[in-house]
Amino acid sequence: MKKISGRIYTFLIFLFLYAPILVLIVFSFNDTETGSRVVWGGFSLRWYQKLSEDRLILEALRNTLLIAVVSAVVSTVLGTAAAIGINSMKRLPRRIMMNITNFPMVNPEIVTGVSLMLLFVSAVRLLGGRSLGMGSLFAAHITFCLPYVILSVLPKLRQMDPNLYEAAQDLGCPPLKAFFKVVLPEIMPGIVTGLIMAFTLSIDDFVISYFTSGTTQTLPIYIYSMTRKRISPEINALSTVLFVAVMVLLIIINVRNVKEQDRPAKEEV
Amino acid sequence: MTGRLAFHGRENFHGRGGFFGSGVFRRKRLAGRLGSLFLGLLFLPGFLPVQTVQAQEAVPERGVTINVYNWGEYIANGTDDSLDVNAEFTRRTGIRVNYTTFDSNESLYSKLVGGGADYDVIIPSDYMVSRLIHENMLAELDFSNIPNYQYIDESFRNADYDPENRYSVPYTWGVVGLFYNTDYIEEEITSWNALWDDRYAGKILMFDNPRDAFAIAQFILGQSVNTTDEDELAEAAALLKQQKPLVQAYVMDRIFDKMESEEAWIAPYYSGDAAILADNSENIRFVVPEEGTNYFVDAMCIPATSAHKAEAEAYINFLCDPEIAGENMNYVGYSTPETAAKAYMDEEIVKSPVHYPDEEVLARTQVFVNLPEDIGKLIDRLWAEAKMGGPGESAVLVAIILGFLAVYIAIILYKRHKRKRELT
Repeated sequence: MKKISGRIYTFLIFLFLYAPILVLIVFSFNDTETGSRVVWGGFSLRWYQKLSEDRLILEALRNTLLIAVVSAVVSTVLGTAAAIGINSMKRLPRRIMMNITNFPMVNPEIVTGVSLMLLFVSAVRLLGGRSLGMGSLFAAHITFCLPYVILSVLPKLRQMDPNLYEAAQDLGCPPLKAFFKVVLPEIMPGIVTGLIMAFTLSIDDFVISYFTSGTTQTLPIYIYSMTRKRISPEINALSTVLFVAVMVLLIIINVRNVKEQDRPAKEEV
Repeated sequence: MTGRLAFHGRENFHGRGGFFGSGVFRRKRLAGRLGSLFLGLLFLPGFLPVQTVQAQEAVPERGVTINVYNWGEYIANGTDDSLDVNAEFTRRTGIRVNYTTFDSNESLYSKLVGGGADYDVIIPSDYMVSRLIHENMLAELDFSNIPNYQYIDESFRNADYDPENRYSVPYTWGVVGLFYNTDYIEEEITSWNALWDDRYAGKILMFDNPRDAFAIAQFILGQSVNTTDEDELAEAAALLKQQKPLVQAYVMDRIFDKMESEEAWIAPYYSGDAAILADNSENIRFVVPEEGTNYFVDAMCIPATSAHKAEAEAYINFLCDPEIAGENMNYVGYSTPETAAKAYMDEEIVKSPVHYPDEEVLARTQVFVNLPEDIGKLIDRLWAEAKMGGPGESAVLVAIILGFLAVYIAIILYKRHKRKRELT
């Protein structure tokens, strides 16, 4: 009895989580002239075809992906370096640094967005530029992704035995090599989590991008601007493609992880 | 992609590329820039009507990009066999287009004022055009660069929002009307009062923006939609408040879904957007109520800060080309201010009274102009009160928050009290 109710509960939770995505996917195949999101008119791939022809959406998608990749990579590198620095600080400065790091996260997004915009606008004016754009988007996204990377790398560093790094150096390893051979593999899970988190945060972001985008358009801004007319089912099609891509990626990663975990287990046997 | 474009070119655009491109080129030569002579040689065949195919050849890029800011989904973009307007412009003139979109006049305004974005062509609606003119944010257009302005119908020139017609060129227009489902509403609707009819209670949709919602009430009351009389506005707000219990939802683009799924029976909306519903379903009818309605224009303007004004004017000129305008409006669904463009549009659309209401209907329309700031704020406040049910509700909200606070303080006090007792 307990088991069954537990199963039902799990099922309901998953239903709740995935029903919207399911509806979205189903209606991406809807065949209607009016682009309806409620009335089913038969199966068709028309919205996928339209999507593949729509230069504006694809350009917005390209911008979004480019920004996400660049800001994820840069903020991961910077964040990891920062985490290592913070980890080796004394107690008080570390506390201060952590508070400074946490502050942007608890700050409402709209405040971050507006303040970054004001900063960028005055900076651009000082430098004689004319408009915000890709550059300011990179800067903004790296800024708000950074704390998340630091927060996911730091615990791994604290878990690590500091003697390992010293032992490597005692055994004649130069500091840089010791870092790459000993420290980095040890904190890798934290770095990967930070990278993925930064990537998703950047792809998601609307509010901060809205204020700092200048004349560059990202996908969320483009979708939002469709609301006067109506959000075209092309967006359903695009979301479906993205969802499937992410799912396939996750499955591949998981399968690889399982295989890697299996291998040493077999060797031990 | 290119194949289809070339096809379009041969079918629809005989020689026009040559004409247009040469105009741009001539200006450049006057400016005395190097290399333009070479460009001219490349373009010479454009003047000869025999070699139309060669005239369609792409112009080399000039390294200039203009930033265009338009409403979302408001231009033909090459999907569904439409013309890719921006690509065609680049092909003919060598000017690249960075095309971005906005969702409302207000977000366009905040982007312009906030700085950091440098636009060359913007397409706001009437009242926003007049506001931008008043705030000196628009550049005066050089109409010698926009020869295609001649195709704009006389009735669309010198409109109230730009009386001397120095700053704007109309892009599209439309009217607000009522859409209703004839399966449920059997009588013929002729009045805005249908939105206040008890029989349709719970099946009525209403605009979710103050200006459009107030306009409907003002038409019923026989007021001007640009009134600055506070008593009149209060009267309109009272009418909207009275309507509130009957309204299913205050929505904008969701009216499509709600009307299509028959969740709602009657709703006001912009003709150009909702026309797709009336065109595709037999039981949805469009009517412009007899009290009159709001007639709106979205117009192309150039911000005063534009760095590429000549190129921006070339873009406006391009969009006014009757063939381009016709192809474009076929896709967008709004109405064109150019009679000449109708020759290039689907006959069904041109004849449809949804897209092109007759003169008699247009005679009863009013255009929005910009209202003084304090009146705008008053409307916003009255609207919030009408929609939310008045200030009484915010009192409830404050009470709830205070209640939470009281409970929170009580818990803290209780815990502290308990701890003290445990210590002693």
